[in-house]
Amino acid sequence: MDSLRLHSCGPALLPFRVPRAVPRPRTSITVTNAVKEIFMPALSSTMTEGKIVSWLKSPGDKISKGESVVVVESDKADMDVESFNDGILGSIVTEEGGTANVGEAIAFIAETEAELEEAKAKAGSNGAAPAPAPAAQAAVPAEAPQAAAAPAPAPAATATAPPPPAPSAPAPAAPPAAAPVKRSDGRVIATPYAKKLAQQLKVDLASLAGSGPAGRITASDVEAASNGAAGGNGAAPAAAPAASQVQQAAKPAGSAQPPQRAPPAPTAAPGSVPEGAPTTVSELKGRTEPFTSMQAAIAKNMIQSLKVPEFRVSYTITTGKLDALSKKLKPKGVTMTALLAKAAGTALAKHEVVNAACTPDGQGITYNDHINVAVAVSMPDGGLITPVLKDAHSTDIYQLSRSWSDLVKRSRVKQLKPDEYNSGTFTISNLGMFGADTFDAILQPGTGAILAVGGSKPTVTADDQGRICVLKQMTCNLTCDHRIMSGVAAAEFMQTFKAIIEDPDQLTF
Amino acid sequence: MLNAQRTQLGQLSAQSAWCTLPHQTCPRKTQQSRPQAWRSSLGLIQPRWQQAQCVLLTKASSRPAAHRRELRLQTAAHSYDYDLIIIGCGVGGHGAALHAVECGLKVAVLEGHDVGGTCVNRGCVPSKALLAASGRVRDMKNAMHLKSLGIKVAGNVEFDRQSIADHANQLASSIKGNLARSLEALGVDMLVGAAKLAGPHSVKYGLPGRVDVGGEITGQDIMIATGSVPFVPPGIPIDGKTVFTSDHALKMDWLPKWIAIIGSGYIGLEFSDVYTALGSEVTFVEAMPDLMPGFDKEIARMAQRLLINPRSIDWHTNVFATKVIPGEPGVKPVIIELTDAKTKQVVDSLEVDACLVATGRAPYTQGLGLSAIGAAPDRRGFVPVNDYMQVLDEKNKVVPHVYCIGDANGKFMLAHAASAQGISAVENMCGRPHVLDHLSVPAAAFTHPEVSFVGHTEEAAREAAQKGGFADKLAVTKTSFKANSKALAEKEGEGLAKMMYRKDTGEILGVHIIGLHAADLIHEASNAMSTKQTVQDLKFSVHTHPTLSEVLDELIKTSHVDPPAQKRPEPKVLDPKLKDLQPLPA
Repeated sequence: MDSLRLHSCGPALLPFRVPRAVPRPRTSITVTNAVKEIFMPALSSTMTEGKIVSWLKSPGDKISKGESVVVVESDKADMDVESFNDGILGSIVTEEGGTANVGEAIAFIAETEAELEEAKAKAGSNGAAPAPAPAAQAAVPAEAPQAAAAPAPAPAATATAPPPPAPSAPAPAAPPAAAPVKRSDGRVIATPYAKKLAQQLKVDLASLAGSGPAGRITASDVEAASNGAAGGNGAAPAAAPAASQVQQAAKPAGSAQPPQRAPPAPTAAPGSVPEGAPTTVSELKGRTEPFTSMQAAIAKNMIQSLKVPEFRVSYTITTGKLDALSKKLKPKGVTMTALLAKAAGTALAKHEVVNAACTPDGQGITYNDHINVAVAVSMPDGGLITPVLKDAHSTDIYQLSRSWSDLVKRSRVKQLKPDEYNSGTFTISNLGMFGADTFDAILQPGTGAILAVGGSKPTVTADDQGRICVLKQMTCNLTCDHRIMSGVAAAEFMQTFKAIIEDPDQLTF
Repeated sequence: MLNAQRTQLGQLSAQSAWCTLPHQTCPRKTQQSRPQAWRSSLGLIQPRWQQAQCVLLTKASSRPAAHRRELRLQTAAHSYDYDLIIIGCGVGGHGAALHAVECGLKVAVLEGHDVGGTCVNRGCVPSKALLAASGRVRDMKNAMHLKSLGIKVAGNVEFDRQSIADHANQLASSIKGNLARSLEALGVDMLVGAAKLAGPHSVKYGLPGRVDVGGEITGQDIMIATGSVPFVPPGIPIDGKTVFTSDHALKMDWLPKWIAIIGSGYIGLEFSDVYTALGSEVTFVEAMPDLMPGFDKEIARMAQRLLINPRSIDWHTNVFATKVIPGEPGVKPVIIELTDAKTKQVVDSLEVDACLVATGRAPYTQGLGLSAIGAAPDRRGFVPVNDYMQVLDEKNKVVPHVYCIGDANGKFMLAHAASAQGISAVENMCGRPHVLDHLSVPAAAFTHPEVSFVGHTEEAAREAAQKGGFADKLAVTKTSFKANSKALAEKEGEGLAKMMYRKDTGEILGVHIIGLHAADLIHEASNAMSTKQTVQDLKFSVHTHPTLSEVLDELIKTSHVDPPAQKRPEPKVLDPKLKDLQPLPA
């Protein structure tokens, strides 16, 4: 595809050589040595991410400057990307079929063989970097099979999506899902789609018991395993954040609400132990455990919030349409979390100040360039983390959902990069699925607002004309930093947010 | 047109004294019992009256072929029931019969099974019905694509397997009926029975267990067009239920959840398209190192990206399916033993719900009695022929008056190639030597998107260029469907077209397309190749904008032919009015 002639579709894109001035999204990768990166080039003015069509070189191959290394598919065409350096291809970060954002490293080149190991290590230390790409990649092609393979989707979906009509003559109806049994001969028999999913979701097929005929592992087995590993109790990733907020709400907001369980430290003896005084074990009843490092960090952050003059604005929002949309999109992997984040992002785009933050010295307002919506998620060990959905207003809902499920998965195995949990400009905490009517969230340091989303339930209410009716409603409570915004600003934002939730179709386009 | 012909024929008949012969002598009605006496009494002119008679009785259009007839009258020492007997009424035999009638020959067609042959009954035609339905299902389920066009489908897309299967069956039977009627209308005698060559000009036919059907007929020329059947490698028992060939798969009696397809050629590829669209998962078993062997490498890579990777398909290459144990749907899986193509070691075994054997096709020439004419099928069963489609005997000598076309000769196993070969063979019978240029015969796989090609692959073109000493003159031009406005309007920009041509002469060596409607697009290239048009010629052709045909236009426009070394010829004056204009002084 090297000699494509583009026909009236955009500016001339030649040469394809990677521009050196490609912006780097993360400063954490600094290349001071002889290991060079190959970046995802910007092949057109509108290109934001590119898909690797094929690697023309494999790790270990010698590469000379100007030689084509990889074929990249942009929004317009497939193009060869040349290397800027002589060297040896050390490692590939984004595999074939994977996508990477423009400017992201997709491979590392070592100048000499001595640096080869380092180049390989780089790809490794990039840690999570390789993960999003294959995951995203996997998710894109998965659209087709998911759409095409009616019987494939998750077990929950099979209930609603009718399987292909029962074959007539020689075909008996498939046996009802038997209890998964591991094959006695130790072989792993998995269907093609199950294998694809396992790769995407990083599920070890060998560890699974198949529910298909003769212990065959099907796509739904893989999905179930992935969800199980991720949530413990939750079937959908959306359930995960919920668990987290229980703790979030229970711990710091303990004074506002009766604690749902009794965490030993904060509520045991409020006031009796002066802040900062060393803890004497004998003064405490019951069992005492030191904080994990994450708990310590959370505690520190929460204390910081006490320096912020917070106020709260609460709105009751009708969710009938949102629920319908969510139900419709669920088979496509769109979660309520993604919808809420998208709605918040869309509203934030219209209310700059809610997306802003007070400077650490308390002397100014920082208006953020990006709208990054953080959503609180609980960790298996009781911790709490806030993975960030970047540019939530401009990313489409499907991509957002994919990013979310990827973030949740990686957050549970602690593979998130700092940038992926501390770059939020606005936070959502959702206890809706636990039936919380309304609750009160605490501001994350460095942000101006956090939205606490309560559960949606049928409520007897009066409509515009004063007629009594039953509507599904939820209460959303916005906690704001009064240093940077007034009550009116917060109310206006909530009005926009309410309007979007009550007319959510715009979220899908 | 038809009426005019009838009038013409009517006049001919009226003027002709032969037409006074009684109706009963029409060979159509008294095929098996024609009195030998008539033949001898009528002597040399017999074929001629027979022809006229037939025309009169069937009131069908059949052109007088005075030229050839005279030729034969002068040369034929014997007289026969027919000018041409065609054994087999598939697409090849049908095409040959139409052309033979047009050339004025009196034709009989023998068919032992179904009129229409493999293509119409068990191949191209019903598979297109399945692909049409399943392709629509795929489209409707592709919410992302629909959304990009602003369309939402509420609820689930559902389909009824049996109705899709019925559509395929009905299509096959309706096309079959059309084919039969088209021949009958032209006065071609349709005889039922399996044929056996009885001699150089004689064919016996009959049906097993039927004494009322059959007989022996004679013909000046005989054309073997018996086609092929699915090839099943040894070790694979076909049970028609869990282990089957395309013949059974097209009936689509059930939809296995997971099906292994042995062979990733165009048959396997098309079925994978149908199965994955309807929700089945597919595993390819391919003996060659790469999937889709025979495809242009770059096209195969693109096909892999578009037709394999995004779907629920995995594959094993470099392996033979050496042993297959049929299963029972829903109870016992089919077990397929995979043997490495090189080491011959069993490397793996698959457990799937069904197995489709799509390992190619074998000629259907058994029982044909080739020995009666001194010929024998080759090792694989194909009938050896020369470029004129004449059958060769064991010493590679031409067997006079016997031709073989289509899958049975193995030259190019496609329905339309068979038809083209049949037409070519008829031309040769009529004394107008003709050789079909197989490189200009297009081919297509009707996947979504489609794949089509004509002529050499890039690899083959490079080899041919090397051998022909024009390696430095070989050029390749490519274009993406992403550069085509119509494709973008359809949001179907995935696709690639490429052309191999000679920079010095502008000769087109091959064109390969993968993308929306590729199967329809290839004909501009194949027609150009068959009529020997060069790239330069085509540059002046106009294409409607915006259409997908501009993909080909783009290929042609982006090709660069070296300017000729010699002086340019004087420009021809096209408009007669301009003839008197004096050229401008230099």
